Amino acid sequence: MKNKPSVTSGVNTKIPAEILEKFNMPAYFESWNPRVRPRDHMSRNEMQKNSNKIVSLEQSIIKSGLKDGMTISFHHHFREGDHVVNMVMDKLAKMGFKNLNIAPSSLSNVHAPLIEHIKNGVIKSISTSGLRGKLAEEISHGLMEEPVVFRSHGGRAAAIKEGHVKIDVAFLSASSCDYVGNANGYSRDGEEKSVCGSMGYAIVDSRYADKVVILTDNIVGYPNTPFAIAESNVDYIVKVDEVGDASKISSGATRFTTNPHDLLLAHTAAEAVVNSGYFRDGFSLQTGSGGASLAVTRYIKDYMIAQNIKASYALGGITGQMVALHEEGLIKKLLDVQSFDLVAAQSLKNNRFHHQIAADYYADPFERGSAMNLLDVVILSALECDVDFNVNVLTGSDGVIRGAIGGHPDTAAGAALSVIVCPLIRGRIPCIVEKVNTVVTPGYSVDLIVTDQGIAVNPRRPEIKEKLIAANLPVVDIHELREKAERIVGKPENLPWGDKVVGVVTSRDGAVLDVIYNVENK
Amino acid sequence: MEKRLRRTMMFVPGNNPSMMCDAHIYGPDSIMFDLEDSVSINEKDAARLLVYHALKTIDYGNVERVVRVNPLNTAYGKLDVQAMVLAGVQVIRMPKTETAEEIVELEEEIERIEKQNNIPVGRTLIMAAIESALGVVNAYKIATASSRMMGIALGAEDYCANLKTHRSRDGAELLLARQTIVVAARAAGIDALDTVFSDLNDMEAFKEDVRFIKQLGFDGKSIINPRQIRPVNEVFTPTAAEIDKAKRIVAALKEAELKGSGVVALNGKMIDKPVVLRAQRVLDFARAVHIVVD
Amino acid sequence: MKLLNAATAGTLESGDILIVLDKAPSGKGIEINLKSTVANQFGKRIKQVITETLNKIGVEGVSVDATDKGALDCTIQARVKTAANRAFGITKPTWD
Repeated sequence: MKNKPSVTSGVNTKIPAEILEKFNMPAYFESWNPRVRPRDHMSRNEMQKNSNKIVSLEQSIIKSGLKDGMTISFHHHFREGDHVVNMVMDKLAKMGFKNLNIAPSSLSNVHAPLIEHIKNGVIKSISTSGLRGKLAEEISHGLMEEPVVFRSHGGRAAAIKEGHVKIDVAFLSASSCDYVGNANGYSRDGEEKSVCGSMGYAIVDSRYADKVVILTDNIVGYPNTPFAIAESNVDYIVKVDEVGDASKISSGATRFTTNPHDLLLAHTAAEAVVNSGYFRDGFSLQTGSGGASLAVTRYIKDYMIAQNIKASYALGGITGQMVALHEEGLIKKLLDVQSFDLVAAQSLKNNRFHHQIAADYYADPFERGSAMNLLDVVILSALECDVDFNVNVLTGSDGVIRGAIGGHPDTAAGAALSVIVCPLIRGRIPCIVEKVNTVVTPGYSVDLIVTDQGIAVNPRRPEIKEKLIAANLPVVDIHELREKAERIVGKPENLPWGDKVVGVVTSRDGAVLDVIYNVENK
Repeated sequence: MEKRLRRTMMFVPGNNPSMMCDAHIYGPDSIMFDLEDSVSINEKDAARLLVYHALKTIDYGNVERVVRVNPLNTAYGKLDVQAMVLAGVQVIRMPKTETAEEIVELEEEIERIEKQNNIPVGRTLIMAAIESALGVVNAYKIATASSRMMGIALGAEDYCANLKTHRSRDGAELLLARQTIVVAARAAGIDALDTVFSDLNDMEAFKEDVRFIKQLGFDGKSIINPRQIRPVNEVFTPTAAEIDKAKRIVAALKEAELKGSGVVALNGKMIDKPVVLRAQRVLDFARAVHIVVD
Repeated sequence: MKLLNAATAGTLESGDILIVLDKAPSGKGIEINLKSTVANQFGKRIKQVITETLNKIGVEGVSVDATDKGALDCTIQARVKTAANRAFGITKPTWD
């Protein structure tokens, strides 16, 4: 009102200059802020089709600002059916990129073509949960100069959140994505060519990577709800013919093993769980996805019915078997970070008690409430275990990398009771040994090792040992098991390890647990 | 002769090394290594050596080791017996036994080898598989043909063929043979083992079969797969209710003994001697399978 | 003992070892050619067992082609003896 200096805004209001100065804001004019798009009157259908996020793969790479030496990431929810990792790497190689660091959540047999990219200098380093097939063999024989850094699912999530792994560009494949970038592992609109279910591992990448590219073979109308990845985290969308081979992404349904060894292990493990003191109404459970560890659910189910015990939730790695238990009313809710088969993926889509969770929600080591911390029981498998209860799931008895850490050390540490099922010997390979080739899950977090010739209880859990003995279960000393294995198969020679470190195994909280040396090629 | 549990006798072909090396971990009471019908003629020599070396090397724990040899009138029988006695097998199973003389002939062969090799005479026991009409007719004679006899078993496939019929679901054609074998075994004081059940996919029918033969009085069943072990053990193991009742009966017996009375009474009812004997057997069995009764 | 013919024993099944026994080209000693799924861990031991078993029977001047799928020592001994018996026509075996 006084004659103080003022500015007339675009809506004809008088703003005292001192106010503008005090709050450090300009007076309003339409379109004063270039960050806000001018109002448009295009119909929403038209607008979607003109989305400037949808580009070719090559354009997405250029626009992302990717340079030599940067870090890119992928997820592994498409498992052996994945096309995207190879597709993107081939394109990057053609475009002349060099010295890239790749940080996929895991790698499979189908990623053997990466060998060429490593040889040609396109890929400089890899950090992953696992390696398999020819790629793993070559790396074990010394293919790479930089050692591969192995992280568990929880360890990877934490490393990304804390900035130890800085992702410049994440290339995330999805079963469905709308025009603005809401992406998911299944769809409620349109026909998805391939379904993967939960995209738990990809969600973390989408939140923390500098640039996110979604690759999909199924663009749907807005809004693609529900979505694993929100459009606000997505920079570019690339339409491809096929993100993967549907038949190899997931099988119809995971079947129970009929192998008598595995069934014996599963039955013994189930009896151990039932008598452990943790088998109470409302308990929570996670099992591995196949073989003996999955078959444990088959035997626990009978006890659950007989004793009228229901589980509050199951976590994982969800298979059709877990879904079946839920649908029979034995498990109340399912928390799904990865859907292992189509039954699980369909259940995620259709069932409101089956919930998609991100990798950090699942297993962040620094988060007290992460889902695996609230597990009563986890059942895991192993390639080998040693007398200190350390477990190896990564390197075979010949020293070659052939597996993945996955969530093994995370869930073992998080669960109140961790149960490893492992035969005493496999063929002529002893599986209970003096010292494992590679420590992946440290012994402090392993409570029971259930073999087909006895159960070993970690000395840290004397109360569990008492309970199992009282239940007439075959409790034996771990050293006896090791000796028995050696008596049967003989004493193996030392492996022909070389001098080159080809792999670094990290603990979930970011320390170095073990190193993997190269093995000489036979 | 030591009494032992023989609820399950698991059949393992003698030409399958991986099965032979871990059959015992599934917990059968006995393993029967086969040198006879499951081994082709070309591989008889190989199977004999495989079983010999397995028996000499592998620690089978408390599982009883039985070998089914070829009949002595074949080119293989005598070599089988020699190898198995030397290997330290616990029981030699004679297939297709029809007469007591066959058992006597086997016993002589075994004794000769034991003596020649400084093995305690009588160490190797004998069991006979009865697989024909004549065998059934001679069941008691066979069961008592030697002090080494520890059991007789029924082989249903060959028996049915011999009878000129075939196996049916309810097993009516086997009834006489089964009952004869049980009776002969009891009269001789040895074990009776029933024939195999080959449908692995029908566990319900299998359990029915096992319940039936247990009721007939058999001590156990021949099995062909580890999956069959648990169902058989479940049928043969006394239930908690049966054990409880047995305990009370035995307690009533003790009470009567203390009083110096010849009459055992429980809940006002008199209990006959056979009932007491059965109760004691139930408790013995329970103890043998590690159920705590005392 | 004279080697009558080349002989085979065993299979390629898991837990077994396939042994092919023939006359050694040099006519002397025991030559072993071993392929094994557990070569790194047990290669030496397998060759040792093969040699010891043949020595016990008193066989030499042979070449042994062995394809192993994780057979235990007892299985190796049995297969080697079987092949030797077949190759040398031994009908009355000695047991150790």
